[in-house]
Amino acid sequence: MSEVTPNLNHSPMTRAQVVDAYFMEHRARLLDVAAFLDRIDRAGPGTDDFRMNAYRGAIALLLDGQPQRTRRMLELLSDPSTTPIAAAHVKGATGAHDPIGKAH
Amino acid sequence: MYIDPHVHMVSRSTDDYVHMARAGCVAITEPAFWAGYDRSSPQGFFDYFRQLTESEPRRAAQYGIRHHTWLCINPKEAEDPVFAREVIALIPDFLKKENVLGIGEIGLNKNSRNEMEILEAHLQLASDHNLLVLVHTPHLEDKLKGTLLILDAIRRFPKLDPGRVLIDHVEEHTAKHVLDRGFWCGMTLYPDTKCTPQRAVDIIETYGSERIWMNSAGDWGHSDPIAVPKAQMEMRRRGHLESLVRQVTFGNPQRFLSQSGRFSAEPLRPTAPDITR
Repeated sequence: MSEVTPNLNHSPMTRAQVVDAYFMEHRARLLDVAAFLDRIDRAGPGTDDFRMNAYRGAIALLLDGQPQRTRRMLELLSDPSTTPIAAAHVKGATGAHDPIGKAH
Repeated sequence: MYIDPHVHMVSRSTDDYVHMARAGCVAITEPAFWAGYDRSSPQGFFDYFRQLTESEPRRAAQYGIRHHTWLCINPKEAEDPVFAREVIALIPDFLKKENVLGIGEIGLNKNSRNEMEILEAHLQLASDHNLLVLVHTPHLEDKLKGTLLILDAIRRFPKLDPGRVLIDHVEEHTAKHVLDRGFWCGMTLYPDTKCTPQRAVDIIETYGSERIWMNSAGDWGHSDPIAVPKAQMEMRRRGHLESLVRQVTFGNPQRFLSQSGRFSAEPLRPTAPDITR
């Protein structure tokens, strides 16, 4: 089976059409991110847990100028280990890898 | 017209059937899954399998939708291997039911050793009976690791043809791994987790449309049973050809599922409710 080569240059829309179609929607989502961070600040003193550490790392990734941001962001949030864990103590997932394993 | 190849209708209302039918849904497939709580006995699964193979097809038919199903014990209830094997032992008798397409949705949840043992037991069952397989990949931070473990596990069953196995819930970081190994992949359209309709269309633009489908995976949680027609709208909004829209939302699922010999998306005249039941 041959490998699938990602096509990073295919869109039926022009660059201007993409911006016209999606700018307002993603302006709103960007403001949601800012508002979320402001909300955390207003909540008082404390330190970020592993989820927010990963979140801030993901924001930095957005601005690195490299392609395939979505794939790389998902990889950043993923468990990097490669072998099965001994037992599952919870059923749910947190959305970010906990490097010291408290969530699992 | 479209097929939703992964939706948990036992958790949805009759209003959802109405909305799906009006949006053009002609056929669905419903994998066995976690009910939101652990069943207390294998008998609970026996009753669930009867619901999937007897009562839910009748309910769907009232809305002109053909109902098909997949059977298994899901990975969220696989941490007790003795219990899980008792449930697996129930499955062969249900394979005779005409709407059963194969084994699913099997896979991993937290990527534990017990989950892996039960995944392999399901794969053995599918291999022994030459069945299609529908695979659930883990959620969020567990997805990438779990997907790679699952792909390696399937490779240990040489009788399982990758062209007869669909790896579901792929996202941008797992789609290429799945496609490169010759499997089919499914994208689940969820409001918060997994793919939005927009990102699903991005993945098609990036990785092509050859072995890929979209589903709503509508269930008892925050989900949208008419997500597939919303993705169709997104494709049209971008100017994709109608033939491509039809391929990924009808032709591809029909092609994969027809390998079971039991799948049909032929028009179905809505049936009257059975007042004797």
